[in-house]
Amino acid sequence: MILVNTETIPGKTIVEVKGLVQGNTIRAKHVGRDIAAGLKNLVGGELKGYTELLTESRRQAVERMMAQAQELGANGIVNVRFTTSAVTQGAAELYAYGTAVVVE
Amino acid sequence: MDMLIIQIIIPIVFLVGAYLIGTLLLERRHLNSLNIRESQCRDMGITNQRNVTRPESVEKAFYVSGEAVIATDYFKSFVAGLRNLIGGEVKTYETLMARARREATLRMLGQARQAGAREVWNVRYETSNIRNAGRQHKGTSVEVFAFGTAVIRKQT
Repeated sequence: MILVNTETIPGKTIVEVKGLVQGNTIRAKHVGRDIAAGLKNLVGGELKGYTELLTESRRQAVERMMAQAQELGANGIVNVRFTTSAVTQGAAELYAYGTAVVVE
Repeated sequence: MDMLIIQIIIPIVFLVGAYLIGTLLLERRHLNSLNIRESQCRDMGITNQRNVTRPESVEKAFYVSGEAVIATDYFKSFVAGLRNLIGGEVKTYETLMARARREATLRMLGQARQAGAREVWNVRYETSNIRNAGRQHKGTSVEVFAFGTAVIRKQT
């Protein structure tokens, strides 16, 4: 499966468009991390726990999107986009979407 | 007297501490490390153009991403809180956003570089405010997510 966020896959031709595919995940942080982040807000700096969590969640959203594309018989996804939204306090939704295509 | 200590002296200690550790020490260190790593990546092409030039010479194209969550420090939140009274440019948060964005970009470039690519096309940024958005003096954290398409050219 080839993933790109350009409209075409450079060096390959799209022979069939299978349609929109998407994947999402909503993750909450556990309290321990929240407390650690609260302390970190005193001195500033990177919140490594959150970065890891978001990276992992985004990967999961992408995997769900890829699974959907595979079901459609596609071998690539073009024009991949992401959005993030805060659903409730302490939880974030990560959403990935793109167009499933068959390339050769 | 006890009230005075709790309400005035403790916040002042926090402010000075946060300024010394957060803004002077940690931020400066982070900016230095960003400068160094950016100069190491100077041989890489990065653009937000959608169409890859010379598509026939592309060997492989794939998705790369990088993200960073950066927290404000107590001092920055306090200054921003004061700024909210009179309005205007919030300089302390500008450096914060810039740091998060540069860090995310560097991580994305690192991913591309590791896979052997020297170009990243169609770069997009997503920014979100996580944790305590809008609550004053509680501090906020910003997340910056950068993604794009890395391209490896055919050897000629």
